[in-house]
Amino acid sequence: MSFLNDMRFRAFCYQIGAIGLVVAAAWTMFATASDNLAKQNIATGFGFLARQAGFVISETAIAYQPTDSIGRAILVGIVNTVKVSLLAAILGTVLGLFVGVARMSRNPLLARSALAYVEVLRNVPLLLYLFLWYSLIIMVFPPVKQALNILPGVYLSNSGLVLPAVFLESGAAIFALLICAGIAAAILIRRISQQRRVATGKSNHGMAFACLALVLPPLILWALGLVSFGWDIPQAGRFRLTGGLHVRPEFVALLFGLLLSVSASVAEIVRAGIQAIGPGQWEAAAALGLHRSRVMRLVVLPQALRLIIPPLTNTYLTVFKNSSLAIAIGYPDLVMVSNTVMNQTGQAIETIAIFMGVYLGLSITISLAMNWYNARVALKVR
Amino acid sequence: MKQGFLAICAAATALLAASVAQAGTLDTVKDRGKLVCGVSLATPGFAAPDDKGRMQGFDADICRSVAAAVFGDGDKIEFVPTNINTRFQALQSGEIDMLSRQTTQTFSREASLGLDFGPTVFYDGQGLMVAKSLGVSSAKELTDAAICTLPGTTTAQNLSDFFRTIGGKFELVVFESPDENRAAFFAGRCEAISSDRSDLASIRAVANNPDDYLVLPETISKEPLAPAVRQNDSNWRDIMSWSVWLLMAAEEKGITQANVDEMLKSQDPDIQRMLGVTDELGAMLGLDNKWGYNVIKAVGNYGEIFERSLGEKTRLGLTRGPNAQWNAGGLVYAPPFR
Repeated sequence: MSFLNDMRFRAFCYQIGAIGLVVAAAWTMFATASDNLAKQNIATGFGFLARQAGFVISETAIAYQPTDSIGRAILVGIVNTVKVSLLAAILGTVLGLFVGVARMSRNPLLARSALAYVEVLRNVPLLLYLFLWYSLIIMVFPPVKQALNILPGVYLSNSGLVLPAVFLESGAAIFALLICAGIAAAILIRRISQQRRVATGKSNHGMAFACLALVLPPLILWALGLVSFGWDIPQAGRFRLTGGLHVRPEFVALLFGLLLSVSASVAEIVRAGIQAIGPGQWEAAAALGLHRSRVMRLVVLPQALRLIIPPLTNTYLTVFKNSSLAIAIGYPDLVMVSNTVMNQTGQAIETIAIFMGVYLGLSITISLAMNWYNARVALKVR
Repeated sequence: MKQGFLAICAAATALLAASVAQAGTLDTVKDRGKLVCGVSLATPGFAAPDDKGRMQGFDADICRSVAAAVFGDGDKIEFVPTNINTRFQALQSGEIDMLSRQTTQTFSREASLGLDFGPTVFYDGQGLMVAKSLGVSSAKELTDAAICTLPGTTTAQNLSDFFRTIGGKFELVVFESPDENRAAFFAGRCEAISSDRSDLASIRAVANNPDDYLVLPETISKEPLAPAVRQNDSNWRDIMSWSVWLLMAAEEKGITQANVDEMLKSQDPDIQRMLGVTDELGAMLGLDNKWGYNVIKAVGNYGEIFERSLGEKTRLGLTRGPNAQWNAGGLVYAPPFR
């Protein structure tokens, strides 16, 4: 029986056993659940997704009406979740980068302020902050009847910010096409200019040309009269402003809460990354005559980035999952829509399965994207 | 998030409960020695603990009447506060024996959620409340207004239906917690707040100045609130239903908590049957023959329960309206006890 003593064979058996156990447990759970549900005459399956939703969602990034299907309503929730977490992650990262660098400043006032910022933000539960921001918004700003008219067409009240909206009256397709082409051209120009700069050692005007490539095509189109813009100016209705673009207080409070919490984590991650770069780097760069701010930007930060990316992934995953706290302040994210669906259909297991699946899927996507980026910036060992 | 978590727990319970209690609920309850009843999370008037920790309210008393019918003692009971999202799962999984939680009886709930409803204990309807200063006198004028609600099952849908009918639009602002919902309305985030009329009465009662607010005349939905039990347990459903009808019949016959002892000597054959003086109605349900007497002794009749928790002398200050007896212009009508 020598193969029983073979390490590899035994390891293989253990693994098969472990997988078997997990599968058996999952199957038992599934079978018991469907058996129980059948016994209790509870409807099962995902057929309810095609039924008419029948409820209104206040914030819809994609077209949606109460007559649309429940599946569509859930999709609206998913888009809302992604919208707020993506914005919070981007804005929070930028803000956190500044705070993190300020933490390392030699100016004691700045450094201490940054420290206080980080500690105040990360030591209080996010939920309390959401309540705080939301209460502040609806208590501090006047009701919509007495909305502050900051600029022509711009109104601020406790029902949010209302702005005039711009829309394309004609030529939307060609406009979008040209914008895409402009972005591609800008990236290309920038790359070429960079290569040339590396090759010749001289600076060039690549940046300016790239900007031109972005702005020029739409401008020309507009000048030629191929596209025309329309304005949707907010009008005072009987109760509130109609038309225009509405930024709702629920969205703002959630975005604020999330981005501030992201910025506090990012600040600490950035500080850790910077401190991990040896003093030799600073000294060497200073010896080359670089100014302290350029040392930070050109020497230290690029190296620190490698240490920053992996913990940053965690922060992004957290903000994405924390966006589900939206439910407390009335922002219609995935969880809130799912709850309404659950209430209407009573199909809790299926609905929870959907939203768990969505969270899992999107989280894994974030992880993969971050891992890809990490691999790109990681130290190349050849 | 908390709700989500609870919902997940409830789902997990359904997944893991290897065998759902199939034995008669009456036996289970008797063996346990107490009734487990699902009620609302602190809703004054319907179910909320008083300063001594005793659960008070209309829904709580409905539970007590069933406990009294089974045990002869309305206090052999445990109240489980249930969440709006998990109330049905709590019943399905056997965590509670009955649900008495301001729950609207609807077709799809009865048909697909594995439960049976008892008699309607409270005829409610969804309404809208606005600040008087808004100068609105009808819900039909609320086109383009923002309306605050809780993520109720039917609340949001009724509003959508109502505005579709009148061809208007509105902005729906949904809050998970009743406190946030009230605060947002009072701060002017929404022009109107919508909920069951009984609930609007309790929201209005906590305003700084209740007279500044007006409940609009339209009732945009029918909300018959009824207790519920698990499906396919006829005996248990009968016990719940007839305990409730007993409360209603007792009011009709003038039997009160105070005079129930004298009523035992009444010559009215209906009263004699209800209180178990003659016939053996209790035994037919597997209960003590004095069950009717026990129920009234424990909680009083329907009218007494209503006035104690919801009536005009309480903070909610509701009139009987459709919840008056059938012979007084209302909808409360108990089948005969014979």
